[in-house]
Amino acid sequence: MNATTPHRIVVKDLNFYYGKFRALKDINLDIADKKVTAFIGPSGCGKSTLLRTFNRMYQLYPNQTATGSIMLDGDNILDRNQDLNKLRAKVGMVFQKPTPFPMSIYDNIAFGVKLYHNLSRNDMDERVEWALKKAALWVEVKDKLKQSGMGLSGGQQQRLCIARAIAVKPQVLLLDEPTSALDPISTAHIEKLIDELKEDFTIVIVTHNMQQAARVSDYTAYMYMGDLVEFGETSSVFTNPKRKETEDYITGRFG
Amino acid sequence: MFLHEARLKRQSLLDSLFRNLTRLAAIGVLLLLASILFSLVMGSMPAIHAFGFGFLKSADWDPVNDKFGALIPIIGTLVTSGIALLIAIPVSFGIALFLTELSPRALRRPLGVAIELLAGIPSIIYGMWGLFVFAPLFADHVEPWISDHIGALPYVGPFFVGPPMGIGMLTASIILAIMVIPFISSVMRDVFDVVPAMLKESAYGLGSTTWEVVMKVVLPYTKVGVAGGIMLGLGRALGETMAVTFVIGNAHELSKSLLNPGNSISSALANEFTEAVGELYTSSLIELGLILFFITFVVLSIARFMLYRLGKREGKAS
Amino acid sequence: MLNLYTKRRLTNAIGLSISVAAMAFGLFWLCWILWTLLDHGLPAMTPAVFAKMTPPPGSSGGLLNAIYGSIAMTMGGTLIGTPIGIMAGTYLAEFGQRGWLSPLTRFINDILLSAPSIVIGLFIYEIYVVRLKHFSGWAGTLALAIIVIPIVIRTTENMLRLVPSSLREAAAALGAPQWKIINFVTLRAARAGIITGVMLAIARISGETAPLLFTALNNQFWNKDMSQPMANLPVVIFQFAMSPYEDWQKLAWAGALLITFSVLTLNILARTLFRQGNSTH
Repeated sequence: MNATTPHRIVVKDLNFYYGKFRALKDINLDIADKKVTAFIGPSGCGKSTLLRTFNRMYQLYPNQTATGSIMLDGDNILDRNQDLNKLRAKVGMVFQKPTPFPMSIYDNIAFGVKLYHNLSRNDMDERVEWALKKAALWVEVKDKLKQSGMGLSGGQQQRLCIARAIAVKPQVLLLDEPTSALDPISTAHIEKLIDELKEDFTIVIVTHNMQQAARVSDYTAYMYMGDLVEFGETSSVFTNPKRKETEDYITGRFG
Repeated sequence: MFLHEARLKRQSLLDSLFRNLTRLAAIGVLLLLASILFSLVMGSMPAIHAFGFGFLKSADWDPVNDKFGALIPIIGTLVTSGIALLIAIPVSFGIALFLTELSPRALRRPLGVAIELLAGIPSIIYGMWGLFVFAPLFADHVEPWISDHIGALPYVGPFFVGPPMGIGMLTASIILAIMVIPFISSVMRDVFDVVPAMLKESAYGLGSTTWEVVMKVVLPYTKVGVAGGIMLGLGRALGETMAVTFVIGNAHELSKSLLNPGNSISSALANEFTEAVGELYTSSLIELGLILFFITFVVLSIARFMLYRLGKREGKAS
Repeated sequence: MLNLYTKRRLTNAIGLSISVAAMAFGLFWLCWILWTLLDHGLPAMTPAVFAKMTPPPGSSGGLLNAIYGSIAMTMGGTLIGTPIGIMAGTYLAEFGQRGWLSPLTRFINDILLSAPSIVIGLFIYEIYVVRLKHFSGWAGTLALAIIVIPIVIRTTENMLRLVPSSLREAAAALGAPQWKIINFVTLRAARAGIITGVMLAIARISGETAPLLFTALNNQFWNKDMSQPMANLPVVIFQFAMSPYEDWQKLAWAGALLITFSVLTLNILARTLFRQGNSTH
């Protein structure tokens, strides 16, 4: 991996357990700043699990533990004393299925912002507009900001969720199979969006669609059974994989 | 990015405040049960001292001489609930089967709601209807037949001989059955709906009839919930007060025949509690309440534990 | 001998016919009871029912004081029971993954849910009426609140569990503290279901008689003071129906019609609301 690229997240000896089951095995990986890193691999390989350690989402559930270290800005994310809310303000996340909150489009976006900033009415309006524009949704919803976010189409809802995540201005954006529940046109929208967003954010995307990884990512990590099999620049992983397993997977002979 | 440390601290304080508030409410439920038990035990103390365990075995109920026993109401409660279940279980199963497998789609909802409305009707209405409408008809047209025909059978006969008065244990049981049908059938329907469509389709795919799919796929798959629904219905029937009070006859007599009037714990309480004079009388009634609470507690606990265990096993099997 | 296929088809036909008969059996009672109520209740429904107090034996009157008492105690019971129920239900659904408290509470709550309501009446009698030495509207209200709590706990927990965990995760991913996630996202998403539960609880307590017998008792006169014995429809219906006076029995039927149709309307409203609430989500 190119030594000149600064790293935003540095993962060292990460192990993850669901109860006694070891779901991630000694993962070591650096996530480049302001680039898109994709995690690929067959289902159950641990790619989502890995992603969910970056904002300690696993903490919501009992019996899930992680060991090792994940450094973000010199802070260990896994540190017991890490303030989770603060961490999650820095690391935003978008999920497989759109998750609009049961409130208006405007409030969906303002919800996260209000948690950390006391913005005036005007500033908040501006922030909402900024986020919606960034997420390429502004034109479609600018006349119905007061309507429920649940009334939007699936693709619009997902972009609303992206807008909601970036409105907080995080440093890192985690995307957990963000297009798996969407139609091809919405998927194309979102992929284009990812390309634009990497100017401002470090993006990590989990996908089971290899073409998508090839299209949108700068770096790709191939995982299998909790192991990080291969990690490198996307172009080289896809055209010249070093490991036989990776080659089998991306050429479709397996998985 | 400006994150105020004070703000974060306040949030975590609010978090723990909110958590403890809801926790307190949850603990309140436990305290509620404990205080119900405690107050009933305290209220029963005079009767417990006076009669001891003999209270459970004695058929006396003599307010004039201050002699009380719980046998008659206990038997009345258990027998009426038992018969009610015998009637309600097959009917509820039929209704649940109809609503999940047979009913045309358009009728499914209205019919389901209609059955649930049966559960919504207040129990005092069942009582009035039972006393003024059902009992007279039952006495005129059904009980004489029962007495003549079933009463003549060996073994079961003696339970069905008696004067056709309309009110009595059998009438109470039938009305209880109508009241618990919606509870049992709605649980059964809910659990039948949980059966994965694919499982049923694969059975139909083998050429099974609807009846076979229900008996061999749906029922085994859902036995947990079905048992739970039945126990829930039993719990309801045991504690049901007003409907029974109207029609059971409130007689402190032990009689073999179901056509005769009897008494149940809840109806004894409803009828006599406010008029009871003297510490021992009141206390005996409270002890009846304690016994009722104990019985329903045991029934409902068994149901829960059974569900829990079976649920776990099913979880492993699948 | 019948061949196997014919036998199977026959069993099927018999089984299914019995099922249809069971359905008809259930509907038959519903129609019969409702018909009886209309038949006896409608002629008894006069303006006096809503304008006059409950009469002494042998004279005519209405149910005004009983209607007022029922509404007051039902509202009181709901207002006291609902917040407690929602909070405890929230604990079970949102905080209850670890420890012994929530499984135990859930278990006890499920028992209280089906506990005989007459025992609740006895309990309030013991801890409240005996101490204050008289029956009162407050005692009735408390008894009803105790019936409301487990119903609301159960629906709140169920409805919160239906909220997809992805919604919670999404809010947590923004860095929202848990109390905000619950109050502004999950409880809000479960709102329609919880309101339905509360409405069903109201329906349930407005017909409850047994817990009021030893608590609110009855009052022949107009009374707005909750610390006095209070008239209420169910107990009035009970006393009047069991009485030998024809005037009283007629009033009992009027009350029965009134109460049943309010309860059934609430039931139907609650269900429609729940459906609408769900379909917009």
